Amino acid sequence: MVEESYINIYNKHRELLQTTSAAPLDAIRDEAFDVFCRMGFPTDEQERYKRSNISDVFATEYGMNIRRIEIASTTAPYKCDVPGLKTHNFYVVNDIFAEAIAKDEIAELAKLGVVAGSLSAIAKEHPEIISKYYGKIAPHSSDVMVAFNTAFAQDGFVLYVPKNVQIERPIQLINMMHADFDLLATSRNLIILEENASAKVIICNHSESGHKFLANRVTEVSLAENSVYSHYEISDSERQTTNIGSLYVEQTKSSVANINNITLRTGYTRNNIRINLSGEHAETTLCGIAIGDEHDHIDNDTYINHKVSHCKSTELFKYVMDDCSYGSFAGRILVEKNAQKTEAYQSNKNICAKTTAKMYTKPQLEIYADDVKCSHGATVGQIEDEALFYLRTRGISEKEARMLLLLAFTNDIVEKIDIEALRNRIKVLIEKRFRRETHKCTTCNSCHN
Amino acid sequence: MLLEIKNLHAIIKSNGKEILKGIDLSINAGEVHAIMGPNGSGKSTLSSVLAGNPSYEVTEGEVIFNGKNLLELSPEDRSHEGLFLSFQYPVEIPGVSMSNFMRAAINEHRKYKGLEPLSASDFLKLMREKQEYVELNNKLAGRSVNEGFSGGEKKRNEIFQMAMLEPKLSILDETDSGLDIDALRIVAGGVNKLKSSENASIVITHYQRLLDYIVPDFVHVLYKGKIVKSAGKELALELEKKGYDWIKKELGE
Ligand SMILES: Nc1ncnc2c1ncn2[C@@H]1O[C@H](COP(=O)(O)OP(=O)(O)OP(=O)(O)O)[C@@H](O)[C@H]1O
Ligand SMILES: [Mg+2]
Repeated sequence: MVEESYINIYNKHRELLQTTSAAPLDAIRDEAFDVFCRMGFPTDEQERYKRSNISDVFATEYGMNIRRIEIASTTAPYKCDVPGLKTHNFYVVNDIFAEAIAKDEIAELAKLGVVAGSLSAIAKEHPEIISKYYGKIAPHSSDVMVAFNTAFAQDGFVLYVPKNVQIERPIQLINMMHADFDLLATSRNLIILEENASAKVIICNHSESGHKFLANRVTEVSLAENSVYSHYEISDSERQTTNIGSLYVEQTKSSVANINNITLRTGYTRNNIRINLSGEHAETTLCGIAIGDEHDHIDNDTYINHKVSHCKSTELFKYVMDDCSYGSFAGRILVEKNAQKTEAYQSNKNICAKTTAKMYTKPQLEIYADDVKCSHGATVGQIEDEALFYLRTRGISEKEARMLLLLAFTNDIVEKIDIEALRNRIKVLIEKRFRRETHKCTTCNSCHN
Repeated sequence: MLLEIKNLHAIIKSNGKEILKGIDLSINAGEVHAIMGPNGSGKSTLSSVLAGNPSYEVTEGEVIFNGKNLLELSPEDRSHEGLFLSFQYPVEIPGVSMSNFMRAAINEHRKYKGLEPLSASDFLKLMREKQEYVELNNKLAGRSVNEGFSGGEKKRNEIFQMAMLEPKLSILDETDSGLDIDALRIVAGGVNKLKSSENASIVITHYQRLLDYIVPDFVHVLYKGKIVKSAGKELALELEKKGYDWIKKELGE
């Protein structure tokens, strides 16, 4: 049984986990562990995990850094280059927040009243904030990946934006996997926007080459009344890397969320994205791009829950799958009985560039209210022959023409990115990705794919 | 000779149906050839086959273009060698801007000739200059290729691309259809401006009207996949007056 070794690790290191963590994390640790023991890792026999057998993923023997030893430098920053964009930079190396190099940013944000930094540190300094939100948005009682994360989480990133505070500069969190052995990282993020607050967060998931990494990350986002939040998660990792991400967003009245998930490259990806629209007039836009080739596996499972009336959600995911890659999109939208005047739009468009690539799409609308505007559509197609021929008759090579068409396909999502410098950077990265070129930041050489 | 088509036969790959049934045609530099013929006779198929559309397969015959075996070249190399097709139905390509499209095209042409890519400012200058040939406005650069273009704009855009690429042989497949009188004059004017003793064109049309502006040296009638009649420009006038029945009669149908 795959779970057994993790159960043993937990039992053996339970005290160590507790001595290295703050009380709010420990308060629900055992509870979450029990859920994990009871449910076990999801397998492809479960409907929601039909396309991703998580149990298999965890069957590889990974090291875990429960002792919190410094296995990779947390003082040398891995700077992701976004030319022309100045961000507040933070780093989580494997699952340890890089405290030493965050001091200036923490201090600067503190001037605005913002609490940012390490989950483990802030849980000690501001237990009132962490206790109020930690584990309240991502349900460890029903989602086993959250339960597993909650059982083992020791650190991660926290952003707390108090009432009426607008953070102008985007926050950039870089999750870097780096070790001299195969490693499983469990990190946990908490992002809280109080009333009328606003923030933009860019999360970059990267890994060093040479070893197998498995990152199990949970991010909880709480958006209070009238808050405005943008979230850009970009994964550009080595093929040997597996990312299992869970993003839970809780939106109250009139809050606005703009959530983006871009899988540029990663060997194996499973994202669970859950958005609860729990206050009237809340609005959410959820966009995703997935690019796969070789044997990449990309599975996004999204769930938007319209709990109350007058909320709006727009969801748009596009996949470009090449070679023998395997893509899956599941988009569940639930409109509860009282959620009248809901607007919910979903679209999933996919291109399989080769016949060996696979794509599964499963839109799922469940509507229990009667006065709603909902639509959904899913397509799986190829590069259009006619367009390809037209471009070629003008002297554009087949390879270049394909690339132009693929860029055009993803372009509408890229154009929605509301940070100009990031938008331009993503354009460049996607183009390089389609050209199968490697890229190097001028500031760091970590993502040498 | 610029283009020599000998006994060209072609089928539609998807259903095996033969559309071109032995075409012979020779074109010298400096000439304008009009091809007319009833709907469905194979005019667009001939254009597609010459441009290298992979939906068709040549089963017999040969085509020499500029001293090269045209049928062995990829569509892009045919373009590099100086062939241009103005599509009867230009394709809409959402998300690809005209400027990115044309920059890629121009630079691949330059690469083929061993030239450096054009600088951004030289490219924009070129775009602006050539847009004037067909009086397309300067918002063109940012628009997606043919997306949301009116019928007339699409045709003007084809001639604009022709002006950009300066081909040796252009095939204009019903470039006049859907054009109002002014647009027709503009398009024909653009074509005439590009005309020289070095290049040639094939003008496919149903109407004599266009041929008042672009005066052909030869008029051919394509019928059921074959060129069944060739004559001077007076043939177009005769067809306009009498239709195709008399030709069918001549053929004994
Ligand atoms: N890709 C294709 N698939 C199926 N049929 C085709 C295809 N291309 C051409 N045809 C058929 O071949 C015949 C010739 O078509 P083509 O478009 O070459 O005619 P045309 O002379 O250009 O006619 P028009 O004057 O209407 O433009 C028609 O019967 C058409 O339906
Ligand atoms: Mg035609």
